[in-house]
Amino acid sequence: MTRRPILLAMLDGKGAIFLGVLAALAVLVPLSNLFLPETSPLHVPTYAVSLLGKYLSYALLALALDLVWGYCGILSLGHGAFFALGGYAMGMYLMRQIGPRGVYGHPVLPDFMVFLNWQELPWYWSGFDIFPFAALMVLAVPGLLAFVFGWLAFRSRVTGVYLSIITQAMTFALMLAFFRNDMGLGGNNGLTDFKDILGFSVQAQGTRLALFVATVIALALGYGVARYMVTSTYGKVLVAIRDAESRTRFLGYRVEHYKLVAFTVSAMMAGVAGALYVPQVGIINPSEFSPANSIEAVVWVAVGGRGTLVGAALGAVVVNMAKSWLTGALPELWLFALGALFIVVTLYLPKGIVGTLAEWREKRQATATAKPAGIAAEAAE
Amino acid sequence: MRNRFQKILATLATAATIALPAAGASAQDVIKVGILHSLSGTMAISETTLKDVMLMLIEEQNKKGGLLGKKLEAVVVDPASNWPLFAEKARELITKDKVAATFGCWTSVSRKSVLPVFEELNGILFYPVQYEGEESSRNIFYTGAAPNQQAIPAVDYLMENEGVERWVLEGTDYVYPRTTNKILEAYLKAKGVKDEDISVNYTPFGHSDWQTRVADIKKFGSGGKKTAVVSTINGDANVPFYKELANQGIKATDIPVVAFSVGEEELAGIDTKPLVGHLAAWNYFQSVDTAENNDFIAKWKAFTKNDKRVTNDPMEAHVIGFNMWVKAVEKAGSTDPDAVIDALIGVSVPNLSGGYSTMMPNHHITKPVLIGEIQEDGQFSVVSQTPGLVVGDEWSDYLDGSKDLIADWRAPLSCGNFNAKTGKCGGQGPVAQ
Amino acid sequence: MPRLLCLLLALACGLLAAPVRAAPADAGEALTLIASGRFPDIEKGVDLLARSGDARTQAIIEALRDGRLAVAADKRVVIEGANGGWSDAATGEALAEAPPSPKAVRLNNRIRRAVEAALGALTLMAPDAAARRQAAEAVFRSRDATALATLDEAIAREEVAGIRRLMGEARAAILLGDAGASDLQKIEAVDILATRADQDALALLRAAAAQGSPTVREAAEGAITAVERRLAVLSMLQNVWYGLSLGSVLLLAAIGLAITFGVMGIINMAHGEMVMIGAYTTFVIQELARTHAPGLFDWTLPVAIPMAFLVAALVGAAIERGIIRHLYGRPLETLLATWGVSLILQQAVRSLFGPSNREVGAPSYMAGAFDLGGLTITYGRLWIVVFSLAVFAALIVALKATSFGLKIRAVTQNRRMAASMGIRTPWVDTMAFALGSGIAGVAGVALSQIDNVSPNLGQSYIVDSFMVVVFGGVGNLWGTLVSALTLGIANKFLEPFAGAVLGKILLLVFLILFIQKRPRGLFALKGRAVEA
Repeated sequence: MTRRPILLAMLDGKGAIFLGVLAALAVLVPLSNLFLPETSPLHVPTYAVSLLGKYLSYALLALALDLVWGYCGILSLGHGAFFALGGYAMGMYLMRQIGPRGVYGHPVLPDFMVFLNWQELPWYWSGFDIFPFAALMVLAVPGLLAFVFGWLAFRSRVTGVYLSIITQAMTFALMLAFFRNDMGLGGNNGLTDFKDILGFSVQAQGTRLALFVATVIALALGYGVARYMVTSTYGKVLVAIRDAESRTRFLGYRVEHYKLVAFTVSAMMAGVAGALYVPQVGIINPSEFSPANSIEAVVWVAVGGRGTLVGAALGAVVVNMAKSWLTGALPELWLFALGALFIVVTLYLPKGIVGTLAEWREKRQATATAKPAGIAAEAAE
Repeated sequence: MRNRFQKILATLATAATIALPAAGASAQDVIKVGILHSLSGTMAISETTLKDVMLMLIEEQNKKGGLLGKKLEAVVVDPASNWPLFAEKARELITKDKVAATFGCWTSVSRKSVLPVFEELNGILFYPVQYEGEESSRNIFYTGAAPNQQAIPAVDYLMENEGVERWVLEGTDYVYPRTTNKILEAYLKAKGVKDEDISVNYTPFGHSDWQTRVADIKKFGSGGKKTAVVSTINGDANVPFYKELANQGIKATDIPVVAFSVGEEELAGIDTKPLVGHLAAWNYFQSVDTAENNDFIAKWKAFTKNDKRVTNDPMEAHVIGFNMWVKAVEKAGSTDPDAVIDALIGVSVPNLSGGYSTMMPNHHITKPVLIGEIQEDGQFSVVSQTPGLVVGDEWSDYLDGSKDLIADWRAPLSCGNFNAKTGKCGGQGPVAQ
Repeated sequence: MPRLLCLLLALACGLLAAPVRAAPADAGEALTLIASGRFPDIEKGVDLLARSGDARTQAIIEALRDGRLAVAADKRVVIEGANGGWSDAATGEALAEAPPSPKAVRLNNRIRRAVEAALGALTLMAPDAAARRQAAEAVFRSRDATALATLDEAIAREEVAGIRRLMGEARAAILLGDAGASDLQKIEAVDILATRADQDALALLRAAAAQGSPTVREAAEGAITAVERRLAVLSMLQNVWYGLSLGSVLLLAAIGLAITFGVMGIINMAHGEMVMIGAYTTFVIQELARTHAPGLFDWTLPVAIPMAFLVAALVGAAIERGIIRHLYGRPLETLLATWGVSLILQQAVRSLFGPSNREVGAPSYMAGAFDLGGLTITYGRLWIVVFSLAVFAALIVALKATSFGLKIRAVTQNRRMAASMGIRTPWVDTMAFALGSGIAGVAGVALSQIDNVSPNLGQSYIVDSFMVVVFGGVGNLWGTLVSALTLGIANKFLEPFAGAVLGKILLLVFLILFIQKRPRGLFALKGRAVEA
């Protein structure tokens, strides 16, 4: 196969719409924020830009999760850990950028170290004052963890719920570890009160817009990478592993290698999502590691449509938007609404929003030739 | 078909941009007050009550004719014990709802999360919970206790009245216990307590199996010297801790436990008969017998339509904070943040234990310190009260990093971390603001 | 405790009936001090009273302890009878009318200690054995040298061996700290304390070793080594016991999940909420008992167990009928739906009962602790261990020895085959899910005794429960048992060295590595069915 069909496939159908929407967002949102008067109904206030940026970072996390769960059958209940690690790497960079502007005016140490009597920066903080190094760590730390973890787990053929539960154990252990103040990463408070990123104030309107656009680009790139992976021959093998792992192995494929690559790439994407998330929400702390957060990410994917990539991103945005809106509009009742949403989606939209839409379209266009990458009938269990 | 699909996507994607900033009717005749307390998640246990007390205070103020001739309107949101969500909701309250002031937060991390937001958008936050200090922001008013308004008087009490010579500092592993214990350790050592007579230990959040720790405390306490436990254990872990204490038969007469995060609300979930005599240090107890307090309790019970609802210290802090804000707005004649922030300093309002609390230039307030012993009915009996009011000390004198810092938000200093030694406003550093 | 109270009442009445003696001067002074309202003076007053030898001493001090001693507006000290009515503290004469605005004399810990010490010396020869035992313990703690004479007399009279030994230990404790005692007496005391061999004895011996004469010091040092060795062994045993008790809590929390997740394959995220429902059922029953039948409080737990089972099982059945039955064959999607259910249940409980902790009390048989050869075993924990094992046994019997259990096993092993054999599989599914939920509810009854009863109760156990089931091997109940106990004991052995947080992290890391070694848990099911 040449490269062209793959690129074409990437730009096909949902993918084209998705990238189109992203491109429109990247252009229209900043324009509207900058040039439309505040009274205009179409004006996007700066805080909404950051909010959208947050949703889109979540969308990238969901996309990463869908890559392993939707196409490879690895239900990771620990993807929040990779997200948070990427976030911490970015957070450490942002902390170092504060420099002597902390409340104690210490030239190097972050505030939380000063008042807990730390004398010097622990070794693992070194290098984080340089952006390229921090950016590398955003990819390397989650990637390395996923590689080691995956190498151990896939080699010994840990699958199904066992794998899910040990990924959960991993994120839980990391959460406990990061909660410890002795870790030197701010304990429960985490890292916060950031000032600058690359010399620009994180609170400035321009920086916020730039971060938003960066998130949109990262999401588009993430989508491109994932789409490329799943539409290539490699992706076909992944789907084969998802649907019949033993059979694929008997056919001579090194199943663990395929899984390992997908898992590591996915973790790195989650890390990037975390790194973009942190400057836009202004805080990173250990509760991002909590198992509930990872489960929520799985829920986004399921709501949007497992194994559709676009659906995962859409699910993340829809659920979080609902959450933002409901916690303000129905502060006492929003959990009922959210819980009901999950139940209704599972019962009535088993393929998620995008999967169900695709099904409708399929029914209407009986002539359609290619089957959409819907989720296989039997879940990889 | 593709069009429809696209439409759905586009609608969903832009919904945020349109729905979110759909600001409430810019009614001129109301002043909005934000309430930023978790109503779900782990902190709902503590914070829901504070939301209720704020609703009550606002309702009462409206009965009195509102403020500046306008009605007050509460805007309640649920940050769901999720720290980034706190920042998001704070932003929403200030920019979208345009609240004049916000009352909220419980944990330090939630305050740290919203602090940059309040500073950026020039909002006003009243923070009602005792905390570790080491902070003073122009936009935050701390109505809870700083360590010197709670921890140090409690330790003094135990030394003087119980003759305690050996100390277990038991806390949950987060910043409040860590800082408080650092301060206490320095303080105890300054008082001549030896290293081997201090044992510091941290447990994770929600720790529920206390068998080993309680046995260790028992062991540490049977060293022949009078021992006490200073507990900075956080909310959820307290009930199992006290249940284990009771089960292992550690009585207050043997090893008293003094806690800084256990109030009437927390005790409502425990059978207190085996705990009689254990202590807590606060600036308010429900059992304080003053006209103001009795009046407040009666109103609270009527408002919640529940005769068993208890009151506690952070609730009093909100009462003080709210009354201070009302007074400051009246003084300033507007709800303009800058005017109100300036007007707040020096405002004095009655607290519920029979005195007056004043907002100091460091944005902390003066409070009496009360030590109470747990009674069989889940209330505290006040066994000691500081003779005067104690000024909240934001930068502890017992920590190396902060003993030279002071906060004074009055002009011309107007600085939250002025270093008396270098004569510089520390936070701003060499870079101009 | 009630018996003790009766006795005290009887004593008080007896004293009331006795011919009234004019109080000596210092008793009057003591009462004035007690009436002062200042804590240090009250303490002095109690001491003075205890030394006065006044006949009213015991009645007054007991009233003080029980919060029945009050000061009237006219500065008279009065005692409120246990069933109402007032008497004068100094004379014991009943008062015809209630005194003007009496205010109870307040206590603090120092006064409580003084009261305990005073009562200890006074009740050493009480007719009631429990009172004497308490008195001996109080004297051991107070080490009040003035009680020595009474103690000697009490030892001579004492008939119960255990109490006599306690009194001997109290005597030894006093002598060891008494500068006036001879070396011989002290060495004898060291020997007695060496046989007591607990932390308190160790503290006393250490003090003696630090300041006694050389011979005493030598004896004490020898005793210290012996006691320390014994305590080291004991602390090992104590760790095992703590581990067992933590393990049994884990077992209780996980065992319902072993059915719904392990046997049925449903990733049941609402499992924790079933535990919570059980705990709240206990709360409701206790609340009913408190308002309607306080005398039956001790019966609330036995009643709560079947009720919690029933309530949680009903909720479980409803969830299965309403939601899960549509999802068979799609196990991962049950995760999503039950996550939604769990959010709804949490919020429902929050709306219904409020967000704060609810008080679930311990019945008398769950409170307190006893000493087993130096080990402190708390009754509450003991009952939980017994209870969890009983639940486990009952479940094993239900699955292995009943036709219902047979059907569950048949359906889970091969649904189609079971259906062909005429088993109504949907019904079996519902019942099995209800069973798992019901057991989770029963676990809630036990957990309500040691943990918060709040809407978050379930959340704190869900992760641990899944770990336990997976570590033991999905689908294997015995695996769950072994895994719960192993994790519990391992945790408790790690905790003293690594601390609670690091211990738990180490355990999780171990679990992750262990799964690499045995990808299907401790006790993997063998056979082709597993590969499905």
